[in-house]
Amino acid sequence: MDWWLLFEITLAGVGTGGLYALTGLAFVLIYKATRVVNIAIGEMLMIGAYVFFSFAAGLALPIWLAVPGALLVSAAFGAVVERTLIRPMLGESPISSFMVTVGLASMLVGLVELVWSADQQRLPEFLPAKHIVIGQAFVSPKIFYGFWIAVLLITAVLLLFRYWRGGVALRATAADQAAAYSVGINVPRVFSMTWMAAAAIAGVAGIVVGSIGGLSSVMGVFGLSVLVVVIFGGLDSVAGALVGGVIVGVIEALAGFYIGGEYKLLATFSLLVLILMIRPYGLFGTHEIERL
Amino acid sequence: MRIGSAKQSYAADAALFDSVTQQRWALAGGGLLLLFPFVASEYWLYLACLVAINIASTMGLNILTGYTGLVSLGQAAFMGLGAYTTAILQLRYGTPMLLNLLGGGIVAMAAGVLVGLPSLRVKGLYLAIATIAAGVIAHFVFSHFSQLTGGTAGLSVPPAMIFGQQLDTSFRLYWVIVPITGLLLLGAANLFRTRIGRAFIAIRDRDISAEVLGIPLLRYKLLSFAISSFYAGVAGGLFAYFFRAVTPESFPLLMSIFFLAAVIVGGMGTVLGSVLGAVFMTLVPELLKLVVSALPLSGNATLILSPVRTIVFGALIVLFLIFEPLGLAEMWRRTRRTFHLWPFRT
Repeated sequence: MDWWLLFEITLAGVGTGGLYALTGLAFVLIYKATRVVNIAIGEMLMIGAYVFFSFAAGLALPIWLAVPGALLVSAAFGAVVERTLIRPMLGESPISSFMVTVGLASMLVGLVELVWSADQQRLPEFLPAKHIVIGQAFVSPKIFYGFWIAVLLITAVLLLFRYWRGGVALRATAADQAAAYSVGINVPRVFSMTWMAAAAIAGVAGIVVGSIGGLSSVMGVFGLSVLVVVIFGGLDSVAGALVGGVIVGVIEALAGFYIGGEYKLLATFSLLVLILMIRPYGLFGTHEIERL
Repeated sequence: MRIGSAKQSYAADAALFDSVTQQRWALAGGGLLLLFPFVASEYWLYLACLVAINIASTMGLNILTGYTGLVSLGQAAFMGLGAYTTAILQLRYGTPMLLNLLGGGIVAMAAGVLVGLPSLRVKGLYLAIATIAAGVIAHFVFSHFSQLTGGTAGLSVPPAMIFGQQLDTSFRLYWVIVPITGLLLLGAANLFRTRIGRAFIAIRDRDISAEVLGIPLLRYKLLSFAISSFYAGVAGGLFAYFFRAVTPESFPLLMSIFFLAAVIVGGMGTVLGSVLGAVFMTLVPELLKLVVSALPLSGNATLILSPVRTIVFGALIVLFLIFEPLGLAEMWRRTRRTFHLWPFRT
């Protein structure tokens, strides 16, 4: 057993896990506020990445302009999705709104193939390319910086929820919609805001994921792993998304290296089945008590 | 309820076709299905077989999702299991076609029970995601147990033999596929006139209440999974004989989504809905092909066809959910009611 090798692979796993956690955070935000299981999260991430690609490569904007631009477009896109697709489903069964996001995912894949073609694209390099060495373990710079971007953003989002008025309004809505209404919180606006925030966060994740692995119209598969992450951590738990993200990232990396690349998804989903059997509501999720 | 069809016995009230008009329509439909292969071209026969296979699988999913309220995204995986079982039985043992189909159904049924096991603790969307796991694991098994499944290259299936006839054209397959689908549909329609079917519906409406009423939840949920995957397995077996090739890539997650979409578009919890949904969802891409090729596009018509198809597929799911959540079956009912009550309006 080569311990440095194990350490190196674990680090790479933690790096990817940071991105899972970030995307999982976007997912949990939406679920907490609007109770929609958004299976299109991977595709929203893809849209963010492709918009960034258009700005950075197509229009050749500098990075400091392309990133905020892509985030703005992502957020606007999130708002449009919320108003046109999610708002009409208010009060419908959760399965219906879930299926709406399934349809949305399919539409987004088609849209990307139509606008940017189904071929693989490469994002322009913008992260420093120097290898990072910790002890004797090498870490790919993209994964290293991607991880820190994820950590920064997650911290910022968590602080915002703790202290900012809008964040408090969101937590109030998540805790009890009727009560939130009665203290004067504009709940529909909270919904829009959440979708915008989640789309922007997913956009950041998309830019980083795209710069690591390239762009293609099947990038949404990333969303499948994120789905496992949030189920693992509990659909409505931010802490769960963070812990789950790192754990799933590490397990994927270890399975991918020690057993073989094609076992990655199998390992993730076996973990999913296991967790569903033991704790169906996830590690930190609320166990809802059903009444007649 | 049809006007002027008073029932005088319980048997008449519970009948599958409960009025003379309905019986006539059913007869006319059956007659059309008999005539169809003699007038249709090879292409339309091909489509008819494909539609029939999809109807069988959609009906299975509708039993699970529409009638029992358990959302599943694993229908393609069960179809795959059925297809592989049928193909392996055919290739290794050369057993008769109908037996192979039955075998495919039974293997898929066993897998369905296995996947259904968590369904007592895991509900709603958690269950849907758990069934995605079934799909991933099935794909893995198909591509890695290569001694049995032929690995990523898959298996190629010889044409089926039945009564000494080689079923190598759509015309010949039609006479096997369509009656089997008809039988499956009839079975489903009858299922919901029995105690079991009504238990499914009670579970869908509120599972805890159903349990209070004395319906053993685990047994009936598993039964629903078993019946649904049996349908998928048989459909998969037909799929194997129809395409004559089975690969791990033949049954992607997208296919499961396709069946769920067909159930939604057709109408959850109706037999008619499964038929309409499967027909509609199978024929729309073909219609799109016609439309796109008719558009004055310079040469790249085939290039935009696939993305447009994906977009339309998603848009159909979304539009139906927002504007017609009860699906095509409800539209059909409304149209019928308009004619019944004419010149009055509902």
